[in-house]
Amino acid sequence: MNAKERIARRVALELHDETLVNLGIGLPTLVASYVPAGIRVYFQSENGIIGFGARPPEGMEDVHLTDAGGAFVSALPGAVSFDSAMSFALIRGGHLDMTVLGGLQVDRHGHLANWMIPGLLVPGMGGAMDLVSGARRVIVAMNHTQKGVPKIVDRLSLPATSLRPVSLIVTDMAVIEPRPEGLLLREIAPGVSVEAVRAATGTELLVLDTVSIMPV
Amino acid sequence: MRTALSPAAAADLIPDGATVMVGGFMGVGSPHRIIAALVERGARGLTIIANDTARPGVGIGKLITAGCVAKVIVSHIGTNPDTQRRMLADELDVELVPQGTLAERIRAGGSGLGGVLTATGLGTLAGQGHQVVQVDGQDYLVAPALRAAFALVAARSADYARNLVYSLTARNFNPLMAMAADTVIAEANEVVPLGVLAPDAIHTPGILIDHLIERPRMT
Repeated sequence: MNAKERIARRVALELHDETLVNLGIGLPTLVASYVPAGIRVYFQSENGIIGFGARPPEGMEDVHLTDAGGAFVSALPGAVSFDSAMSFALIRGGHLDMTVLGGLQVDRHGHLANWMIPGLLVPGMGGAMDLVSGARRVIVAMNHTQKGVPKIVDRLSLPATSLRPVSLIVTDMAVIEPRPEGLLLREIAPGVSVEAVRAATGTELLVLDTVSIMPV
Repeated sequence: MRTALSPAAAADLIPDGATVMVGGFMGVGSPHRIIAALVERGARGLTIIANDTARPGVGIGKLITAGCVAKVIVSHIGTNPDTQRRMLADELDVELVPQGTLAERIRAGGSGLGGVLTATGLGTLAGQGHQVVQVDGQDYLVAPALRAAFALVAARSADYARNLVYSLTARNFNPLMAMAADTVIAEANEVVPLGVLAPDAIHTPGILIDHLIERPRMT
């Protein structure tokens, strides 16, 4: 199992029955592949649909039906389409139970940076600021380090996406929950030590006497 | 009943330097025939208000690559390296707005509202220079209404009264923009007689559309 798959499988365990969920582009999209059996999740895409499914067979794609990354999808029975104002009313209005987003950095307060690297990469925030400000639960799915450099840091060096702390950080090494008193190490990946997680983290972690192993 | 315009005639209505809203999300639901006509005309200095600039050679990306655009007000440009290159070379002014805020600013512009209050962007670069107000002890950014001289929208179906029905995720910003411009021009994949589109099914009332683009001439 590679790192991305491990992260996606662990995030999928946070899904609950009969909830509305938005998955960001990239790694978060993989979460849809690991929805636990017996759970019905409604996936929203911010370009205006609830209930999209897998890409149709080659040559049968509908040019009017994509996800927010522009990839072709299908509409599952019961799907609903709507305009962008409705889509973001769902996101900001407390109707979206959970969003899963990628991250460039998360600081000790749980503040996320994921929309630009000044002078290098300015893709724009798209829907990320609305998602982090508005979703009931915000889960960051990312690698613990980038080329060995910690992505969980004391202070953000990149522009913040929102001043609202995220709910949970899931990496290839650990599951970490931002709390008012600090970042709590909840789980470590199989074969990874608490010391290794600490060494790969750029800020202090709160560690209880016993730390669970990530169930993946 | 008003007659339909050719894409070229529509492009001639839009002067260089105009502010133009363009529907679509990564090119899905963009008015491709009007865009092609603007490129053909050699439009210059446009300010484009849209969700994104798609990719090079796709949708609004064609306007960028053809040098028709002086400024964009969009939520992201990450999928179009040409937009990023022109921004870094100071050939293109880029104003980034959170996607939900952009949608609401346009909705407000078409709804007679001065703007909306949102928590999105508070304390971030997106909030810089924006007024903050407090309602019931909660901080909000003031996001002022957006309007344009022109809106170019795309639908799946139009009838002879220019009533519009959009398709799936091609709807996105189109119905919002159809409310928020002085002159609204629509193109549709099909144009059908009155009565074919049921009143309950229509997304944008035709009375809001100033000009419909003629049906494609298929041979």
